[in-house]
Amino acid sequence: MSVLERYEPLVDDFEAFRAACERPLPSVVRVNTIRTTPERASAALEAEGIPVERVGWHDALLRLPEDQPGANWPYVHGWLHGQEEVSAVPAAVLDPDPGERVWDSCAAPGSKTTQLAALLDDTGRVVATDDNIGRISALRSNAERLGVTNTAITHEDARNHSLKPFGGEGYDRALVDVPCSCEGTIRKNPDTLEDWSLEHVHGIAGAQKGILRRAVQVTREGGTIVYSTCTFAPEENEAVLDYVLDEEDCRVVDYELSLDHADGVTAWDDEEYDPQVARAKRIYPHHNDTGGFFCAKLEVTG
Amino acid sequence: MSDDAPTNDGQRFDRLPATAEERAVEGRATRAEVLEWWDERFGVDPAVFDEYSFWERGSGKVWALRGEEPTPVEVEGLGITFLRTRQEHWKPTLSAVQRFGHHASENVIALDDDQAATFVAGEDQDLAWDGDWGYLIVTREIAGEHEPLGVGLYVYDELRSVVPKGRRRDL
Repeated sequence: MSVLERYEPLVDDFEAFRAACERPLPSVVRVNTIRTTPERASAALEAEGIPVERVGWHDALLRLPEDQPGANWPYVHGWLHGQEEVSAVPAAVLDPDPGERVWDSCAAPGSKTTQLAALLDDTGRVVATDDNIGRISALRSNAERLGVTNTAITHEDARNHSLKPFGGEGYDRALVDVPCSCEGTIRKNPDTLEDWSLEHVHGIAGAQKGILRRAVQVTREGGTIVYSTCTFAPEENEAVLDYVLDEEDCRVVDYELSLDHADGVTAWDDEEYDPQVARAKRIYPHHNDTGGFFCAKLEVTG
Repeated sequence: MSDDAPTNDGQRFDRLPATAEERAVEGRATRAEVLEWWDERFGVDPAVFDEYSFWERGSGKVWALRGEEPTPVEVEGLGITFLRTRQEHWKPTLSAVQRFGHHASENVIALDDDQAATFVAGEDQDLAWDGDWGYLIVTREIAGEHEPLGVGLYVYDELRSVVPKGRRRDL
């Protein structure tokens, strides 16, 4: 747990934080509203004797305290997708309106892509990018299984995302849910910290900066970007925002979130960040009995 | 066909021509034929697909995309796989049937839960069916209504499950 100890100065109740990190995660599914309603999906699960708890902050999320997501009839009908509760935060914060064009910059395996498609009522366009062809295959099969018809999938490095396949058209919104050191997924993958190194954190932060910059460049003025990670490391969170605020025309904006959370941190390890980054939100595992997450909302200003 | 006639390119998506008059690539299905096929086989009103464009990538593999894009598109995926053409009997995909099957009024077979479990396990079964042989939309009752589950092939008094291996389940 030595990696987690570096965050002790940031966390309100460090003992509760550590205890939560050692508990397994509850099983959660998102109802595919392209195909059905949360009410019908709950009824179908209960008819099979599977207990269901609704998640208060998000209509389409159901906790299955006694079941795994993939072995029931609603799943086979394409009504459900196994998705950790905090993983549903960034698409909900991006909150696209039907008909809009949305870029999902690091899309595979597609939980958030298919959630964005559902928020668009399967209209408009989602362009879902990933740089790993094996993971694209998982993305494609999730989009297929859930019947997502508004999504195009591209294989490329998001830092060099090309608008050429789509006639040069940019986006109304972009989701930048970047690869990260994944500390927040420790409840799902207990060995996730085994390969942790500060060198890796700094290396991946370089990629994160490049992807967020590209997202600002391809999103229209006044458009919205959500930047998210599942790590607690300020180097991959607030420091990335701080860098992009300097380099591109954008600002960090406040947003409502009815999950317990802490504000973004403005200082870490002898560095100070732009005060705007405090508007980002940090979700720790002990706050809501979920995984850990970081989520910031930005507006493109130029 | 001369050597420089346009052919199907498996690396990109080409929009289907609207009609046979506009067809440049030999053997490519047209939008009109696709709409007519869903109407004739399953009674799906062509208006259901008004907002969809259809694309071929891979020989005979037709994809359905909500909305339009300029053709061709060089990407890894464009909407969902929809229909297998360039063979004697066209075959709808599982994804297409789950997505659009509730609009069908013909060649739809309703299974009870035991029959449906056999079907999603990928097993064939003897079943009575008064209609045509060929591909059927298989439904099952869930939350008070019959909802599409997948594609079956009815021949010789049996319903063959054509659920792809990766989508089979033991329930």
